[in-house]
Amino acid sequence: MAAIEIDSVVKTYPGGVAAVKGVSVTIEDGAFAVLVGPSGCGKSTILRMVAGLEQITAGEVRIGGRRVNELDPADRDIAMVFQNYALYPHMSVRENLSYGLRNRGVPRDEITRRVAATADILQIGALLDRKPRALSGGQRQRVAMGRAIVREPKAFLFDEPLSNLDAKLRVQMRAEIRLLQRRLGTTAIYVTHDQQEAMTMADTLIVLNAGRIEQVGAPLDVYRRPETTFVAAFIGSPPMNLLAAQAAGGRVLLGGAEVARAEGLADGPVTLGVRPEDLVPGTGAFDLTVDYVEELGAGRLVHGRHAGQEMVVAVPAGLDLGERLALAAARDRLHLFDHGSGRRLGG
Amino acid sequence: MKRTLFRNQFLPWFLLAPQLAVTAVFFLWPAGQAVWQSFLRQDAFGFSVTFVALENYAALYADPFYRNSLQVTLVFALLVTTLSLGVALVLAVAVDRMLRSAPAYTTLIVWPYAVAPAIAGILWWFMFNPTIGILAYVLKQWGYNWNHQLNAGNAMTLVVIAAAWKQVSYNFLFFVAGLQSIPASLREAAAIDGAGPVKRFFTITLPLLAPTTFFLMVVNVVYAMFDTFPVIDATTEGGPVQATTILVYKVYMDGFVGLNLGSSAAQSVVLMGIVIFLTVMQFRYVERRVNY
Repeated sequence: MAAIEIDSVVKTYPGGVAAVKGVSVTIEDGAFAVLVGPSGCGKSTILRMVAGLEQITAGEVRIGGRRVNELDPADRDIAMVFQNYALYPHMSVRENLSYGLRNRGVPRDEITRRVAATADILQIGALLDRKPRALSGGQRQRVAMGRAIVREPKAFLFDEPLSNLDAKLRVQMRAEIRLLQRRLGTTAIYVTHDQQEAMTMADTLIVLNAGRIEQVGAPLDVYRRPETTFVAAFIGSPPMNLLAAQAAGGRVLLGGAEVARAEGLADGPVTLGVRPEDLVPGTGAFDLTVDYVEELGAGRLVHGRHAGQEMVVAVPAGLDLGERLALAAARDRLHLFDHGSGRRLGG
Repeated sequence: MKRTLFRNQFLPWFLLAPQLAVTAVFFLWPAGQAVWQSFLRQDAFGFSVTFVALENYAALYADPFYRNSLQVTLVFALLVTTLSLGVALVLAVAVDRMLRSAPAYTTLIVWPYAVAPAIAGILWWFMFNPTIGILAYVLKQWGYNWNHQLNAGNAMTLVVIAAAWKQVSYNFLFFVAGLQSIPASLREAAAIDGAGPVKRFFTITLPLLAPTTFFLMVVNVVYAMFDTFPVIDATTEGGPVQATTILVYKVYMDGFVGLNLGSSAAQSVVLMGIVIFLTVMQFRYVERRVNY
């Protein structure tokens, strides 16, 4: 058990490509942190630097207060679950689980005991003598998890471990991983590009973009108060509507109509954000011309335009839809962002 | 396997005919001739031919020179296979660790494969030539008197090096491909699991290369036994005192130099049996024996 501190870490590849441009974040002991971001944002690179599979160009990584930059992966006392599971194909499940323990010279009866305990936790006892190729995707996933927990490491590192599973199994494994981590109380870093997976699993959500941290926080805080337009658009499905608006005399105008008040706001263009689910039918500032409707069963997504700008609105099923839809949003559910930098303005 | 049904039962045979004709004319017929000839005895001038049944085979069985040749072949094949596989594996592992210059390096290593076996033999023969060879000279500086024309061990060393050198390129390519097909994440997982580079190589990389290694082993044994005639002929000519007379070379010596066609044919038939055995091994195990 240990906290993981990532301190001003930079990764530049030979040839000058900067994958990570100065990232600092502390993951508390026992927390489940999720690194989320689009492809190429540097999330896997950060994880691999923590694991010791990539050299750290600059900055420092500390596990349990100890600097690990120069340590071999084996000496960092971490376990990693890979996207393709990386099970040793020529070894049985039992050998896969015990390989790390045998390499560390753990006594034989201790190995037997720990492998049995792990197999018990993950319910893979019946598979111990099979080879990986004789396992289903979900079973392989479990064995990969088992290989991580049998070592009783200080931290788990997950590199998109569920992306090879089908949708149903993915949701099930999500919950299982979360429960297991909570039960063992081991610090975990989890990398994913799926914002929904990130939201549902994280204690701490770390949103990355282009090698930098956009926002760190509890999932709901990030969802409710995105600090940048990038986070606003990335977290939440369907994404937040971002509309070009004007600030004038402390009022925010959208297509000439006032939608919000904002004291002390400099006049000029601003970006107004509103989530599809925060717009409710009723007389308000938004007047949507309906383009088309997506039926989801439990509700509907209405795609349309307001004052020439595209918007998506989530409405309950059964609502009568005409060609136009009048919508209102509570003022505290509106988000204002700087037009240039995309940073959040005010409260 | 996709099966096609032909309405006309002669059409499949017609389509197969060219291939069957080639096989019959160039493989089955000569092979049959050899089998037939192995039952005959001819006098040295070709005036009379006698049917002697299995007498040629019995003579081989009793012949100490033939048994010597068999032993030489085994030693030769074993050494060539071990040496060429070993060197190729080391080179392939080295390339696998390189990031940028690997393609250039790979190209350079593959060149020897384009050299004809006889030329490869001559090349090494010159370098080891006791009078003018650079390597023989170096050895002499170290106090070793190299002479493959007199010393049986030296002669064997020379032909083994010359034969293996050429084959390294071929094995190297297969090993590089085999190494590249092992996912990097396996080695990373092993590194996290506390295995050092040497242990990773022996517990992860080598077992996963087993199918490649086995395939190459069979190919190399076949190469050493049957394709190295030019190397032997260009360097030692089977000598000294038959120390490098492998079975294939003995077939040639007895048949075309000694004009004992019956015995030569019988030896060919024995070799044919060995080839058939190795081919069956290849099909049975290489195709199926995938380790994981």
